Amino acid sequence: MSIKVHYFASLKESIGRSKDELIFTEPLTVYDVWQQANPDKDRPNQILAAVNMDYADWDNPVSDGDVVAFFPPVTGG
Amino acid sequence: MAVTICTHPFNPYEVLQAYEATHLHALGAIGATSLFIGTMRDFNDGDHVKGMTLEHYPGMTEKQLDKILIEAQNQWALIDSLVVHRVGDIFPKEPIVLVAVWSSHRGDAFDASRFIMEALKSKAPFWKKELLLNEQERWVAKNSHGYQSS
Repeated sequence: MSIKVHYFASLKESIGRSKDELIFTEPLTVYDVWQQANPDKDRPNQILAAVNMDYADWDNPVSDGDVVAFFPPVTGG
Repeated sequence: MAVTICTHPFNPYEVLQAYEATHLHALGAIGATSLFIGTMRDFNDGDHVKGMTLEHYPGMTEKQLDKILIEAQNQWALIDSLVVHRVGDIFPKEPIVLVAVWSSHRGDAFDASRFIMEALKSKAPFWKKELLLNEQERWVAKNSHGYQSS
């Protein structure tokens, strides 16, 4: 299955890219997506996750075609 | 109910007037309009700030703001609500956000306005990067608490 991954703000800068596209054969969670996309990086503290533009927990499952996003705490307004 | 993301400076009073003229036809039922405008300060964390860039997650931002307005509509007796938020390069004194709430009675307008603003601050995916006087750039790490004085 194919998963799109987006990164935003300071996380995007520290990782050095804004997106990934990953192909998986096994069922996986949001945390698995992070690990597969960033095998050499521990999950940063306070980073939030979203699946299909809704906030998600790190143990939420992801499905084929899902868009996963990782980003720091929001600071709008 | 409307959410608008603006890439250019906006005049919140003109936006408000235009919205009322085009969307609010039952003006006789409105007894209270609550208006919140957030503008950019020229200081933060003890430093002068000369500008900032507001990044957002297109699509998720609108989705989360829509959910916040629907939650407010469900919780209070509102006639209508509106959020306008800037993105891109912003300078001190420019409006960042407009929250307007219309209701028949003031309690609903006041309380829903505060709820919308605090929910926006914690859930809408925007991120501020400040430009200081010495040209140094820094990401704002987190928003201040809305119910404390600083």
